[in-house]
Amino acid sequence: MIYLTRRAEFSASHYYHNPQFSAEENRRVFGKCNNPHGHGHNYTVEVTVAGEVDETTGMVLDLKDLKTVLENEVLRIMDHRFLNEEVPVFATKIPTTENIAVEIWNLLAPKLPSGRLHRIRLYETQDLYVDYYGE
Amino acid sequence: MVFLTRRYRFSAAHRLHNEALSPEENARLYGKCNNPYGHGHNYTVEVTVRGPIDAATGMLIDLGLLDGIVEREVLERFDHTHLNLDVANFKGKVPTTENLCLEIFNLLRDKLDAIGQPARLDKVRLEETNSNFFEYTGYYPDPAERAASEKR
Repeated sequence: MIYLTRRAEFSASHYYHNPQFSAEENRRVFGKCNNPHGHGHNYTVEVTVAGEVDETTGMVLDLKDLKTVLENEVLRIMDHRFLNEEVPVFATKIPTTENIAVEIWNLLAPKLPSGRLHRIRLYETQDLYVDYYGE
Repeated sequence: MVFLTRRYRFSAAHRLHNEALSPEENARLYGKCNNPYGHGHNYTVEVTVRGPIDAATGMLIDLGLLDGIVEREVLERFDHTHLNLDVANFKGKVPTTENLCLEIFNLLRDKLDAIGQPARLDKVRLEETNSNFFEYTGYYPDPAERAASEKR
């Protein structure tokens, strides 16, 4: 078993708001992240795939395929977007780093050409990241 | 279950020296780290917490609470101190980065448990230099169990 990690970057804006909370509660819980105009980050996502090395190719999976899947399923949807308004899943779910990591897992897991998705690591800043292993 | 990691920095001086050993043994064992005047590092500490995402907030833990705990328990205690001379935690204990890593884990675990949120301390990773770091996880006492879990 070997683990392969590919890194990609995207930039997006978001804000944190729960419509079931009062305006005061939203400000108290989410602080400056509650600004309704949104704010942005340069996200770095690390996709780790686990698998066996194919004897013919010497590879776990074709990196070009992983790059294409990552571009089609994640970057095309999230890069340079206002996540709350433009990514359907975040119409009803707050686009926290935690929830974005889970969503990226859900988008990628069924589309991998080979290997098994092992981990999504999502950096919101250099000093903050979330890991999700699919459970 | 998600794992969230936050990175913090502090600077401190220390000297590796064991009173129970002779000066020669200390010099042999700790080398230049035994210099009686001490020396310093810029430490980077990564704190990982694990738990479920709260459905109402979309968050694992209120980052302000986590920052507050790390600020009070770790940064205020250790930043710009001489670990041997200024910090009670290292009376009678050599402030190696291994011991500092364990100490930070133990300081944070109890305080995190006390805030009544589902997030639990998962790991403390302490970098002494760019080339040197130590990790401590309290919840896999058996290394084989930890390795098996990482192969999921």
